[in-house]
Amino acid sequence: MEKVRTIKLERSVLADNDADADALRRELKQKRVFLVNVMSSPGSGKTTLLISLVNRLAKRFRVGVMEADIDSDVDAVKVAEKADCKAVQLHTGGMCHLDAAMTRQGLKELGTDGLDVVFLENVGNLVCPAEFDTGACLDMTILSVSEGDDKPLKYPLIYQKCALVLISKLDALPYFPFDIEKCKQNIRRRNPHSTILPVSAKTGDGMDDAAEWFAKAINNFRESK
Amino acid sequence: MHELGIVMHVVDQVEKVAVENNVERVLKLTLEVGEVSSIVPELFTECFEWAKKKTEHLKDTELELILLEAVSYCRDCKKTYKTTEHAKECPHCGGNDTYLVTGNEMNIKDMEVV
Repeated sequence: MEKVRTIKLERSVLADNDADADALRRELKQKRVFLVNVMSSPGSGKTTLLISLVNRLAKRFRVGVMEADIDSDVDAVKVAEKADCKAVQLHTGGMCHLDAAMTRQGLKELGTDGLDVVFLENVGNLVCPAEFDTGACLDMTILSVSEGDDKPLKYPLIYQKCALVLISKLDALPYFPFDIEKCKQNIRRRNPHSTILPVSAKTGDGMDDAAEWFAKAINNFRESK
Repeated sequence: MHELGIVMHVVDQVEKVAVENNVERVLKLTLEVGEVSSIVPELFTECFEWAKKKTEHLKDTELELILLEAVSYCRDCKKTYKTTEHAKECPHCGGNDTYLVTGNEMNIKDMEVV
């Protein structure tokens, strides 16, 4: 008769991913590569905003971009054409998010030698990507004016997790009942310490300030032990 | 549908523990899932039933999900209440300075093996 025994695990369902993400963060720190995890809803303008941001940063830093999607390579093609950086497309194989192992694989494909900063454009989704630590040095989200100022109330985790929120499509403000101050309050309810920067990639409004914020963050990261 | 992603991580971890402990088969796997965690139990179970077929040690594993009640605490009146009924607002004093005490859990508790 086989003897039944119980093995206690008492760990988070994502304990393995969290450990893998921490290990990746340490490796990136050693290589001095600042990895930014960009999360948002589909259609918030992630790719357009990234192109605008990358072209401002490319004068001072060597930039890489990883575009993650369930299928197609339209984003990577667009970035490679319009932005001054190295870009690769990652496919998640049907998954709605990236985890640390997929991120590590993507970085290998991209090749991080000589890069200062890598932007990871996560799958457009406000729920799943927030659950999985990718190993990034900075988690950020983009909230476009057309989505409404109450988004942070509906998707708590992503706003809790992100140290930076870009309020995008500022040029569309006259056409939507979007209250920036109310939106900032809603974001702060989820994370009192997050930095909030309003921008428009279309008009360039606020983009220089955002680029400056990133330049400081990259330099701080590269200089700190 | 992040349940599938979470299931894959759970299955990988349990398989690894099974190998490390010379386990022949996992009979039962128990998880604790908070009421307001982002796991939907029905979806999670469906994904698990699909994923276990592709494993070495979990082919006949019974999955048990222990649901933990969501409880919030109010800093103003120092009382607790059911989160799912009142969300952020304290039903005792109407205050908003509240936080979640339990209900967010997503833990692998233990496994019965032979």
